[in-house]
Amino acid sequence: MRRKTWRRQLLTLPPTGYLLLFFAVPSIIMLFASFRYAGEYGGLAPWYYYEAGEFSLDLTLENWQRLFESEIYLLLFLKSIGYALLTSLLCILLGYPLALMIARRPKRQRDLLLLLVILPFWSNFLVRIYAWMIIFSPAGALTQMVNGLLGLFGLGPVTLMYSTTAVIVTLVYVHLPFMVLPLYANLEKQSPALLDAAQDLGANSWRRFWHVTWPLSLPGIYAGSILVFIPVLGMFAIPDLLGGTDSIMIANVIKQQFVESRDWPFGSVLSMVMTVAAVLVVLLGARLARQGVARG
Amino acid sequence: MLEIKDVSRRFDSFVALDRVNLTIAAGEFFTLLGPSGCGKTTLLRMIAGFDQPDDGDILLDGRSLIATPPEQRPLHTIFQNYALFPHMTVAENIAFPLRMAGCAREEIAGRVARALEDVRLPDKGRHYPDALSGGQKQRIAIARALVNRPRLLLLDEPLSALDAKLREQMQLELITLQKEVGITFIYVTHDQGEALALSHRIAVMNGGHIVQVDEPSRLYGFPNSRFVADFIGHCNLLGGVVTAVQTGDATVELDGLGTVQTVIQPAAGVAVGRRCTLTLRPEKTHISTTLTPGEEAAHFRGVVHDMLYLGDVTVYKVELANGMIVEALLANSAPGRARFFEVGDAVEVAWRLDAGHLVME
Ligand SMILES: Nc1ncnc2c1ncn2[C@@H]1O[C@H](COP(=O)(O)OP(=O)(O)OP(=O)(O)O)[C@@H](O)[C@H]1O
Ligand SMILES: [Mg+2]
Repeated sequence: MRRKTWRRQLLTLPPTGYLLLFFAVPSIIMLFASFRYAGEYGGLAPWYYYEAGEFSLDLTLENWQRLFESEIYLLLFLKSIGYALLTSLLCILLGYPLALMIARRPKRQRDLLLLLVILPFWSNFLVRIYAWMIIFSPAGALTQMVNGLLGLFGLGPVTLMYSTTAVIVTLVYVHLPFMVLPLYANLEKQSPALLDAAQDLGANSWRRFWHVTWPLSLPGIYAGSILVFIPVLGMFAIPDLLGGTDSIMIANVIKQQFVESRDWPFGSVLSMVMTVAAVLVVLLGARLARQGVARG
Repeated sequence: MLEIKDVSRRFDSFVALDRVNLTIAAGEFFTLLGPSGCGKTTLLRMIAGFDQPDDGDILLDGRSLIATPPEQRPLHTIFQNYALFPHMTVAENIAFPLRMAGCAREEIAGRVARALEDVRLPDKGRHYPDALSGGQKQRIAIARALVNRPRLLLLDEPLSALDAKLREQMQLELITLQKEVGITFIYVTHDQGEALALSHRIAVMNGGHIVQVDEPSRLYGFPNSRFVADFIGHCNLLGGVVTAVQTGDATVELDGLGTVQTVIQPAAGVAVGRRCTLTLRPEKTHISTTLTPGEEAAHFRGVVHDMLYLGDVTVYKVELANGMIVEALLANSAPGRARFFEVGDAVEVAWRLDAGHLVME
């Protein structure tokens, strides 16, 4: 017994190591940075002085006070969380039928269709964003089509480029596979006998879905939502390239602090808040998923 | 009454069911029995509506079920692995067919509670299925299928996942339950013992055909073919040719053994010159060391080749003059039996005039 638990602990050592190295240590560094002063030319000022044999700390709460001085940051956080939620929701709406369709195909077709789902990963992220810039451009096919349609109803032309619409569409496009894959994994292993049983007991196709397939797929939905929500919350490239002035997200501001404003301490404050928000979401999602799995 | 009329089913060129005809009476415990792959599940799935026949019709009380989807057929299926919904409690599982039928909430609660008592698990309502044992899952699956009183209950090898002891107990429970609810059971199994124990009538299937439909005792006593005789219980199969037919009995020349007289059933198609098989149950085959003239119609010399002590009975395998091995069963409670036969003993194998049953080839 003793030996066994000892070995099990050994097995958990590498993952614990990664977590410490790639999550805990950087977080602690950021937390520490959020209490320091900015350096004169960017970076961080020294955190202590040693003058005339006198040792003195040079830390401050100013950066955290700044967070609460203006509501702009809170609003930006809320807006970013809203974007992430909306993206997750749209990914569920689009990804669920897709995952279900693939899971109900014969085995051989399933592998091919899954390959198509992950195919975009094989091209560079920025290349795919630029592709959407072409699609959204005033002369692009999508804009032309939308304006053609609007014209039929006597409505004026719109521009899609540099708009929140463009940002959301692209966010959904980029993150859709992160929803489809866990959902597919869940749907594929659901026993078809349960659907037969439900049908046998009087459930039509809609009720079979609503009473059997859907509740059993909730763990997949929670897993997929986490995988979509977190990267979207930290996304800055898509709002940067495709968004207008009103579609910037919290990550754009964080990037701004580190790059343009050269205010690392305040960037660290914002990063810390975002990390905490993300961790809370993961904990909530994992809890919901575990409850689902315990029954599933 | 369920009628299956000329039902055929082909998968590509493979014929899984070939013009199957059956009539199952209301309230009957009817079993489909046959070796693996003979088409039992295929037939059951067509009755349930999960599969459609290529030809033929399935009628319930004279009305065709073919166009009715499974969810609207007044029957339920017990699946082999129970197929309980893992995300619902036991009570929610049992309530499922009632909810689908649009029953009122208060009514559902009462009927679920009664269903749980019927299967003697009144306090399991709040548990999830994965907290139940195999036998308990089985009972919940049955409670769920019977709660809204279907016309038919279809059971596809429902006991095959249980161990022998529990299986026997569940068999007794099924018999009692079927009698209580009075619903027609159509039961699928490849276990002939189970079929004999449970059923009012049995349809023996082979290769997509119905071979014989009869009551268990008639199926055992009067099989209509070598296949049925061999499949149901143990049986000695002695090949031969009919040499004479009298009223009520026939003379058969058994291959390499000699002639015997045997009783024949009316309409058995016995005719002089036809090849036939004399089927002889081991418990009707007597062996002894001394010749006892008069009683038996047939006497053959043989040597004990092998024996199997089973506690209540001993099975002796005796080699006859033509090299055939016949089995004889001796109850170990038989009075006056002085000693066990030993392997190598010369014995005499005998049977009465009405012990064997003749089937034509
Ligand atoms: N969907 C299908 N496609 C092709 N062949 C099938 C299909 N379903 C059944 N078969 C074939 O039809 C035959 C009868 O199958 P069925 O499942 O009815 O057998 P069974 O009598 O229930 O056997 P078992 O006792 O093993 O369950 C088998 O040979 C099987 O391979
Ligand atoms: Mg089967």
